[in-house]
Amino acid sequence: MTLLRDLFSIVAICAGGFFFLAGTVGLLRFPDMLTRLHALTKADNLGLGLIVLGLLPRVGSVLGGVKLVAVWALALLASACVSQVAARMGRLRDEP
Amino acid sequence: MSLGLDLLLAALMLGLAGWTVLGRDMFAAIAAFIAYGLLLGIVWVRVGALDVALTEAAVGGGVTGGLLIAAWARLRATAMVERKAGAGLAVLAALASLGVAVLLAAVVLHLPQPAPTLVPEAMANLAPTGLGNPVSATLMAWRALDTLLEKLVLLLALLGIWSVAPDAAWGARPAASVDRDGALTFLAQFLPPVGVVVGIYTVWTSADAPGGAFQGGTILAAMWLLAVRAGLADLPRVASRWLRLALVAGPAVFLAVGLAGFVLAGHFLAYPEAVAKPLIVLIEAPMILSIGVSLALMVAGPPVPKGDA
Repeated sequence: MTLLRDLFSIVAICAGGFFFLAGTVGLLRFPDMLTRLHALTKADNLGLGLIVLGLLPRVGSVLGGVKLVAVWALALLASACVSQVAARMGRLRDEP
Repeated sequence: MSLGLDLLLAALMLGLAGWTVLGRDMFAAIAAFIAYGLLLGIVWVRVGALDVALTEAAVGGGVTGGLLIAAWARLRATAMVERKAGAGLAVLAALASLGVAVLLAAVVLHLPQPAPTLVPEAMANLAPTGLGNPVSATLMAWRALDTLLEKLVLLLALLGIWSVAPDAAWGARPAASVDRDGALTFLAQFLPPVGVVVGIYTVWTSADAPGGAFQGGTILAAMWLLAVRAGLADLPRVASRWLRLALVAGPAVFLAVGLAGFVLAGHFLAYPEAVAKPLIVLIEAPMILSIGVSLALMVAGPPVPKGDA
Protein backbone atom coordinates (compact mmCIF):
# COMPACT_ATOMS: atom_id res chain seq x y z
CA MET A 1 0.00 0.00 0.00
CA THR A 2 2.82 2.41 0.94
CA LEU A 3 4.61 1.42 -2.26
CA LEU A 4 1.51 2.24 -4.30
CA ARG A 5 1.13 5.57 -2.52
CA ASP A 6 4.77 6.48 -3.08
CA LEU A 7 4.50 5.46 -6.72
CA PHE A 8 1.45 7.73 -7.14
CA SER A 9 3.36 10.64 -5.55
CA ILE A 10 6.42 10.09 -7.71
CA VAL A 11 4.43 9.89 -10.95
CA ALA A 12 2.26 12.95 -10.15
CA ILE A 13 5.17 15.13 -8.98
CA CYS A 14 7.32 14.15 -11.97
CA ALA A 15 4.41 14.94 -14.32
CA GLY A 16 4.01 18.31 -12.54
CA GLY A 17 7.71 18.98 -12.94
CA PHE A 18 7.42 18.14 -16.64
CA PHE A 19 4.68 20.75 -17.11
CA PHE A 20 6.84 23.37 -15.35
CA LEU A 21 9.74 22.48 -17.64
CA ALA A 22 7.51 22.56 -20.75
CA GLY A 23 5.97 25.86 -19.61
CA THR A 24 9.43 27.39 -19.13
CA VAL A 25 10.62 26.18 -22.54
CA GLY A 26 7.43 27.61 -24.06
CA LEU A 27 7.97 30.92 -22.27
CA LEU A 28 11.46 31.15 -23.72
CA ARG A 29 10.79 29.81 -27.22
CA PHE A 30 7.26 30.83 -28.23
CA PRO A 31 7.11 33.76 -30.67
CA ASP A 32 4.63 36.22 -29.14
CA MET A 33 3.10 37.25 -25.86
CA LEU A 34 -0.21 35.39 -26.06
CA THR A 35 1.40 32.01 -26.76
CA ARG A 36 3.96 32.67 -24.02
CA LEU A 37 1.19 33.43 -21.54
CA HIS A 38 -0.50 30.22 -22.64
CA ALA A 39 2.68 28.26 -21.86
CA LEU A 40 3.11 30.01 -18.52
CA THR A 41 -0.42 29.38 -17.26
CA LYS A 42 -0.13 25.67 -18.11
CA ALA A 43 2.83 25.50 -15.72
CA ASP A 44 0.75 27.15 -12.97
CA ASN A 45 -2.45 25.22 -13.52
CA LEU A 46 -1.31 21.72 -14.41
CA GLY A 47 2.24 21.71 -13.04
CA LEU A 48 1.34 23.02 -9.60
CA GLY A 49 -1.91 21.02 -9.59
CA LEU A 50 -0.11 17.74 -10.25
CA ILE A 51 2.56 18.48 -7.64
CA VAL A 52 -0.15 19.25 -5.06
CA LEU A 53 -1.94 16.03 -6.08
CA GLY A 54 1.28 14.08 -5.59
CA LEU A 55 1.87 15.65 -2.17
CA LEU A 56 -1.70 15.07 -0.91
CA PRO A 57 -1.19 11.40 0.16
CA ARG A 58 1.90 12.49 2.12
CA VAL A 59 0.32 15.16 4.37
CA GLY A 60 -0.44 14.03 7.89
CA SER A 61 -3.75 15.84 8.43
CA VAL A 62 -6.89 16.74 6.51
CA LEU A 63 -6.28 20.42 7.32
CA GLY A 64 -2.81 20.21 5.78
CA GLY A 65 -4.33 18.76 2.60
CA VAL A 66 -6.98 21.47 2.47
CA LYS A 67 -4.24 24.12 2.80
CA LEU A 68 -2.31 22.57 -0.10
CA VAL A 69 -5.41 22.56 -2.31
CA ALA A 70 -6.14 26.16 -1.25
CA VAL A 71 -2.62 27.17 -2.31
CA TRP A 72 -3.26 25.64 -5.73
CA ALA A 73 -6.69 27.28 -6.05
CA LEU A 74 -5.27 30.72 -5.15
CA ALA A 75 -2.41 30.32 -7.63
CA LEU A 76 -4.97 29.28 -10.27
CA LEU A 77 -7.13 32.34 -9.59
CA ALA A 78 -4.17 34.74 -9.60
CA SER A 79 -2.57 33.33 -12.75
CA ALA A 80 -5.87 33.31 -14.67
CA CYS A 81 -6.67 36.94 -13.78
CA VAL A 82 -3.15 38.27 -14.14
CA SER A 83 -2.64 36.66 -17.55
CA GLN A 84 -5.90 38.28 -18.73
CA VAL A 85 -4.63 41.67 -17.54
CA ALA A 86 -1.18 41.13 -19.05
CA ALA A 87 -2.65 40.02 -22.39
CA ARG A 88 -4.92 43.09 -22.57
CA MET A 89 -2.05 45.43 -21.65
CA GLY A 90 0.08 43.83 -24.35
CA ARG A 91 -2.63 44.26 -27.00
CA LEU A 92 -3.16 47.88 -26.01
CA ARG A 93 0.56 48.45 -26.43
CA ASP A 94 0.85 46.64 -29.78
CA GLU A 95 -2.27 48.12 -31.46
CA PRO A 96 -2.73 51.64 -30.12
CA MET B 1 20.16 14.45 -3.09
CA SER B 2 19.86 17.39 -0.69
CA LEU B 3 23.44 18.47 -1.43
CA GLY B 4 22.56 18.51 -5.13
CA LEU B 5 19.51 20.66 -4.40
CA ASP B 6 21.58 23.07 -2.30
CA LEU B 7 24.25 23.36 -4.99
CA LEU B 8 21.56 23.98 -7.62
CA LEU B 9 19.99 26.68 -5.42
CA ALA B 10 23.38 28.32 -4.86
CA ALA B 11 24.12 28.29 -8.61
CA LEU B 12 20.68 29.78 -9.39
CA MET B 13 21.16 32.49 -6.75
CA LEU B 14 24.55 33.45 -8.17
CA GLY B 15 23.14 33.48 -11.71
CA LEU B 16 20.21 35.69 -10.74
CA ALA B 17 22.49 37.99 -8.73
CA GLY B 18 24.74 38.33 -11.79
CA TRP B 19 21.75 39.05 -14.00
CA THR B 20 20.50 41.70 -11.58
CA VAL B 21 23.84 43.48 -11.53
CA LEU B 22 24.98 43.03 -15.13
CA GLY B 23 21.62 43.14 -16.97
CA ARG B 24 21.40 45.98 -19.47
CA ASP B 25 17.66 46.43 -19.19
CA MET B 26 16.60 47.94 -15.87
CA PHE B 27 13.19 46.23 -15.87
CA ALA B 28 14.77 42.80 -16.48
CA ALA B 29 17.15 43.51 -13.58
CA ILE B 30 14.16 44.27 -11.32
CA ALA B 31 12.39 41.07 -12.42
CA ALA B 32 15.57 39.10 -11.67
CA PHE B 33 15.82 40.80 -8.27
CA ILE B 34 12.25 39.75 -7.37
CA ALA B 35 13.00 36.16 -8.41
CA TYR B 36 16.19 36.42 -6.35
CA GLY B 37 14.15 37.41 -3.28
CA LEU B 38 11.73 34.49 -3.72
CA LEU B 39 14.59 32.04 -4.25
CA LEU B 40 16.34 33.42 -1.17
CA GLY B 41 13.14 32.54 0.70
CA ILE B 42 13.62 28.91 -0.36
CA VAL B 43 17.25 29.08 0.82
CA TRP B 44 16.01 30.21 4.26
CA VAL B 45 13.62 27.24 4.27
CA ARG B 46 16.60 24.97 3.52
CA VAL B 47 18.45 26.24 6.62
CA GLY B 48 15.29 25.84 8.72
CA ALA B 49 14.56 29.55 9.27
CA LEU B 50 10.90 29.59 8.26
CA ASP B 51 10.12 32.98 9.85
CA VAL B 52 12.94 34.61 7.90
CA ALA B 53 11.83 32.78 4.74
CA LEU B 54 8.32 34.26 5.01
CA THR B 55 9.73 37.75 5.60
CA GLU B 56 12.15 37.42 2.70
CA ALA B 57 9.40 36.32 0.30
CA ALA B 58 6.94 39.00 1.50
CA VAL B 59 9.26 41.97 2.02
CA GLY B 60 12.42 41.11 0.04
CA GLY B 61 10.53 39.81 -2.99
CA GLY B 62 7.08 41.41 -2.75
CA VAL B 63 7.27 44.88 -1.22
CA THR B 64 10.78 45.71 -2.43
CA GLY B 65 9.84 44.47 -5.90
CA GLY B 66 6.74 46.68 -5.86
CA LEU B 67 8.82 49.67 -4.71
CA LEU B 68 11.41 49.08 -7.45
CA ILE B 69 8.77 48.73 -10.18
CA ALA B 70 7.03 51.90 -8.96
CA ALA B 71 10.37 53.73 -9.00
CA TRP B 72 11.13 52.37 -12.48
CA ALA B 73 7.75 53.58 -13.79
CA ARG B 74 8.45 57.04 -12.37
CA LEU B 75 11.99 57.15 -13.79
CA ARG B 76 10.79 55.99 -17.21
CA ALA B 77 8.61 59.09 -17.47
CA THR B 78 11.71 61.27 -17.02
CA ALA B 79 14.02 59.21 -19.29
CA MET B 80 16.36 58.72 -16.31
CA VAL B 81 16.36 54.97 -17.04
CA GLU B 82 18.60 55.59 -20.03
CA ARG B 83 21.30 57.23 -17.95
CA LYS B 84 24.11 54.86 -17.05
CA ALA B 85 26.45 55.29 -14.10
CA GLY B 86 29.99 56.36 -15.00
CA ALA B 87 32.83 53.81 -15.13
CA GLY B 88 34.47 55.26 -12.00
CA LEU B 89 31.28 54.86 -9.96
CA ALA B 90 30.78 51.31 -11.28
CA VAL B 91 34.32 50.30 -10.26
CA LEU B 92 33.83 51.89 -6.83
CA ALA B 93 30.54 50.03 -6.32
CA ALA B 94 32.13 46.75 -7.45
CA LEU B 95 35.05 47.23 -5.02
CA ALA B 96 32.70 48.06 -2.13
CA SER B 97 30.55 44.98 -2.87
CA LEU B 98 33.64 42.80 -3.15
CA GLY B 99 34.87 44.13 0.19
CA VAL B 100 31.57 43.28 1.89
CA ALA B 101 31.57 39.80 0.30
CA VAL B 102 35.15 39.08 1.41
CA LEU B 103 34.44 40.29 4.97
CA LEU B 104 31.27 38.18 5.18
CA ALA B 105 33.08 35.11 3.86
CA ALA B 106 35.91 35.66 6.36
CA VAL B 107 33.43 35.93 9.25
CA VAL B 108 31.49 32.83 8.19
CA LEU B 109 34.65 30.75 7.66
CA HIS B 110 36.10 31.78 11.03
CA LEU B 111 33.04 30.96 13.13
CA PRO B 112 34.06 28.73 16.03
CA GLN B 113 32.98 25.07 15.79
CA PRO B 114 30.37 24.48 17.10
CA ALA B 115 28.95 27.96 16.47
CA PRO B 116 27.95 29.86 19.63
CA THR B 117 24.22 29.62 20.21
CA LEU B 118 21.58 31.02 22.54
CA VAL B 119 19.03 28.38 21.51
CA PRO B 120 19.08 26.29 24.74
CA GLU B 121 18.70 29.46 26.82
CA ALA B 122 15.88 30.71 24.58
CA MET B 123 14.00 27.40 24.78
CA ALA B 124 14.44 27.30 28.57
CA ASN B 125 12.95 30.80 28.97
CA LEU B 126 10.15 30.43 26.44
CA ALA B 127 7.38 29.55 28.92
CA PRO B 128 7.17 32.94 30.76
CA THR B 129 6.50 34.79 27.46
CA GLY B 130 3.37 32.72 26.83
CA LEU B 131 4.58 32.09 23.26
CA GLY B 132 5.53 28.83 21.58
CA ASN B 133 7.66 30.24 18.77
CA PRO B 134 11.15 31.27 20.01
CA VAL B 135 11.56 33.65 17.04
CA SER B 136 8.42 35.58 18.04
CA ALA B 137 9.55 35.56 21.67
CA THR B 138 12.87 37.08 20.59
CA LEU B 139 11.15 39.75 18.50
CA MET B 140 8.38 40.64 20.94
CA ALA B 141 9.96 40.02 24.36
CA TRP B 142 13.74 39.64 24.60
CA ARG B 143 14.68 42.04 21.81
CA ALA B 144 11.47 44.08 21.75
CA LEU B 145 13.46 47.32 21.55
CA ASP B 146 14.88 46.29 18.15
CA THR B 147 11.37 45.51 16.91
CA LEU B 148 10.05 48.86 18.17
CA LEU B 149 12.86 50.74 16.42
CA GLU B 150 12.22 48.73 13.22
CA LYS B 151 8.63 50.00 13.12
CA LEU B 152 9.81 53.57 13.73
CA VAL B 153 12.23 53.23 10.82
CA LEU B 154 9.26 52.25 8.64
CA LEU B 155 7.50 55.51 9.60
CA LEU B 156 10.67 57.52 8.91
CA ALA B 157 10.95 55.89 5.47
CA LEU B 158 7.37 56.88 4.67
CA LEU B 159 8.07 60.45 5.82
CA GLY B 160 11.12 60.45 3.56
CA ILE B 161 8.96 59.43 0.58
CA TRP B 162 6.32 62.04 1.39
CA SER B 163 8.94 64.75 1.79
CA VAL B 164 9.84 64.65 -1.93
CA ALA B 165 6.30 65.82 -2.80
CA PRO B 166 6.09 69.37 -4.21
CA ASP B 167 4.51 72.02 -1.94
CA ALA B 168 1.33 72.12 -4.00
CA ALA B 169 0.77 68.40 -3.40
CA TRP B 170 1.16 68.46 0.36
CA GLY B 171 -1.83 66.87 2.07
CA ALA B 172 -3.22 65.49 -1.21
CA ARG B 173 -3.48 61.84 -2.32
CA PRO B 174 -0.71 59.72 -3.86
CA ALA B 175 -1.23 59.07 -7.57
CA ALA B 176 -3.18 55.87 -8.19
CA SER B 177 -2.93 54.30 -11.64
CA VAL B 178 -6.31 52.62 -12.08
CA ASP B 179 -7.01 49.81 -14.52
CA ARG B 180 -10.73 49.08 -14.81
CA ASP B 181 -10.40 45.67 -16.41
CA GLY B 182 -13.00 42.95 -15.87
CA ALA B 183 -10.55 40.25 -14.78
CA LEU B 184 -8.74 42.61 -12.43
CA THR B 185 -12.02 43.82 -10.91
CA PHE B 186 -12.99 40.20 -10.28
CA LEU B 187 -9.64 39.45 -8.64
CA ALA B 188 -9.85 42.61 -6.53
CA GLN B 189 -13.33 41.66 -5.34
CA PHE B 190 -12.60 37.99 -4.69
CA LEU B 191 -9.08 37.99 -3.25
CA PRO B 192 -9.05 40.67 -0.48
CA PRO B 193 -11.51 38.85 1.85
CA VAL B 194 -9.27 35.77 1.62
CA GLY B 195 -6.08 37.84 1.90
CA VAL B 196 -7.26 39.80 4.94
CA VAL B 197 -8.01 36.56 6.79
CA VAL B 198 -4.64 35.06 5.76
CA GLY B 199 -2.82 38.27 6.79
CA ILE B 200 -4.40 38.39 10.25
CA TYR B 201 -3.89 34.62 10.65
CA THR B 202 -0.21 35.06 9.80
CA VAL B 203 0.16 37.43 12.77
CA TRP B 204 -2.01 35.37 15.12
CA THR B 205 -0.25 32.09 14.37
CA SER B 206 3.20 33.64 14.91
CA ALA B 207 2.72 33.01 18.64
CA ASP B 208 3.33 29.30 18.08
CA ALA B 209 4.36 28.87 14.43
CA PRO B 210 6.28 30.84 11.77
CA GLY B 211 4.59 34.12 10.88
CA GLY B 212 4.62 37.67 12.14
CA ALA B 213 3.37 41.24 11.90
CA PHE B 214 5.62 42.17 8.98
CA GLN B 215 4.56 39.20 6.88
CA GLY B 216 0.86 39.66 7.73
CA GLY B 217 1.05 43.43 7.22
CA THR B 218 2.58 42.90 3.77
CA ILE B 219 -0.37 40.72 2.75
CA LEU B 220 -2.85 43.36 3.97
CA ALA B 221 -0.96 46.07 2.08
CA ALA B 222 -1.03 43.97 -1.10
CA MET B 223 -4.81 43.46 -0.81
CA TRP B 224 -5.39 47.21 -0.39
CA LEU B 225 -3.17 48.09 -3.35
CA LEU B 226 -4.96 45.47 -5.47
CA ALA B 227 -8.32 47.11 -4.69
CA VAL B 228 -6.84 50.56 -5.46
CA ARG B 229 -5.41 49.34 -8.76
CA ALA B 230 -8.82 47.98 -9.79
CA GLY B 231 -10.45 51.30 -8.90
CA LEU B 232 -12.49 49.75 -6.06
CA ALA B 233 -10.75 51.66 -3.25
CA ASP B 234 -9.19 55.10 -2.87
CA LEU B 235 -5.81 56.04 -1.47
CA PRO B 236 -6.30 58.43 1.46
CA ARG B 237 -5.13 62.05 1.51
CA VAL B 238 -1.81 62.08 3.37
CA ALA B 239 -3.21 64.81 5.65
CA SER B 240 -6.12 62.59 6.68
CA ARG B 241 -6.42 62.22 10.45
CA TRP B 242 -7.55 58.59 10.17
CA LEU B 243 -4.51 57.76 8.12
CA ARG B 244 -2.16 59.42 10.60
CA LEU B 245 -3.84 57.55 13.45
CA ALA B 246 -3.51 54.21 11.64
CA LEU B 247 0.18 54.93 10.99
CA VAL B 248 1.12 55.79 14.59
CA ALA B 249 -1.27 53.37 16.36
CA GLY B 250 1.20 50.44 16.26
CA PRO B 251 4.35 52.25 17.48
CA ALA B 252 2.30 54.32 19.98
CA VAL B 253 0.73 51.28 21.67
CA PHE B 254 4.12 49.52 21.62
CA LEU B 255 5.73 52.55 23.30
CA ALA B 256 2.90 52.87 25.83
CA VAL B 257 3.20 49.19 26.84
CA GLY B 258 6.98 49.64 26.98
CA LEU B 259 6.69 52.63 29.32
CA ALA B 260 4.10 50.80 31.42
CA GLY B 261 6.81 48.14 31.86
CA PHE B 262 8.67 50.56 34.18
CA VAL B 263 5.73 50.48 36.60
CA LEU B 264 4.50 46.91 36.10
CA ALA B 265 7.74 44.95 35.75
CA GLY B 266 10.58 47.33 36.61
CA HIS B 267 12.08 47.80 33.12
CA PHE B 268 11.33 49.53 29.84
CA LEU B 269 9.57 47.00 27.56
CA ALA B 270 9.32 44.38 30.32
CA TYR B 271 6.04 42.49 30.66
CA PRO B 272 4.65 41.10 33.92
CA GLU B 273 4.74 37.34 33.48
CA ALA B 274 1.03 36.78 34.15
CA VAL B 275 -0.13 39.01 31.27
CA ALA B 276 2.83 38.68 28.87
CA LYS B 277 0.82 36.98 26.12
CA PRO B 278 -2.18 39.38 26.25
CA LEU B 279 0.21 42.37 26.20
CA ILE B 280 2.02 40.97 23.16
CA VAL B 281 -1.30 40.49 21.36
CA LEU B 282 -2.28 44.05 22.35
CA ILE B 283 0.94 45.31 20.71
CA GLU B 284 0.62 43.16 17.60
CA ALA B 285 -2.98 44.06 16.76
CA PRO B 286 -2.48 47.78 15.99
CA MET B 287 1.01 46.96 14.69
CA ILE B 288 -0.27 44.89 11.76
CA LEU B 289 -2.53 47.83 10.81
CA SER B 290 0.33 50.33 10.97
CA ILE B 291 2.71 48.09 9.03
CA GLY B 292 0.12 47.32 6.36
CA VAL B 293 -0.80 50.99 5.88
CA SER B 294 2.85 52.18 5.86
CA LEU B 295 3.96 49.54 3.35
CA ALA B 296 1.01 50.23 1.03
CA LEU B 297 1.65 53.99 1.13
CA MET B 298 5.38 53.50 0.54
CA VAL B 299 4.59 51.60 -2.67
CA ALA B 300 1.92 54.20 -3.60
CA GLY B 301 4.56 56.94 -3.46
CA PRO B 302 4.46 60.65 -2.60
CA PRO B 303 1.26 62.68 -2.91
CA VAL B 304 0.67 64.54 -6.19
CA PRO B 305 -1.11 67.88 -6.80
CA LYS B 306 -4.87 67.53 -7.08
CA GLY B 307 -5.14 67.96 -10.85
CA ASP B 308 -2.63 65.19 -11.61
CA ALA B 309 -4.17 62.51 -9.37
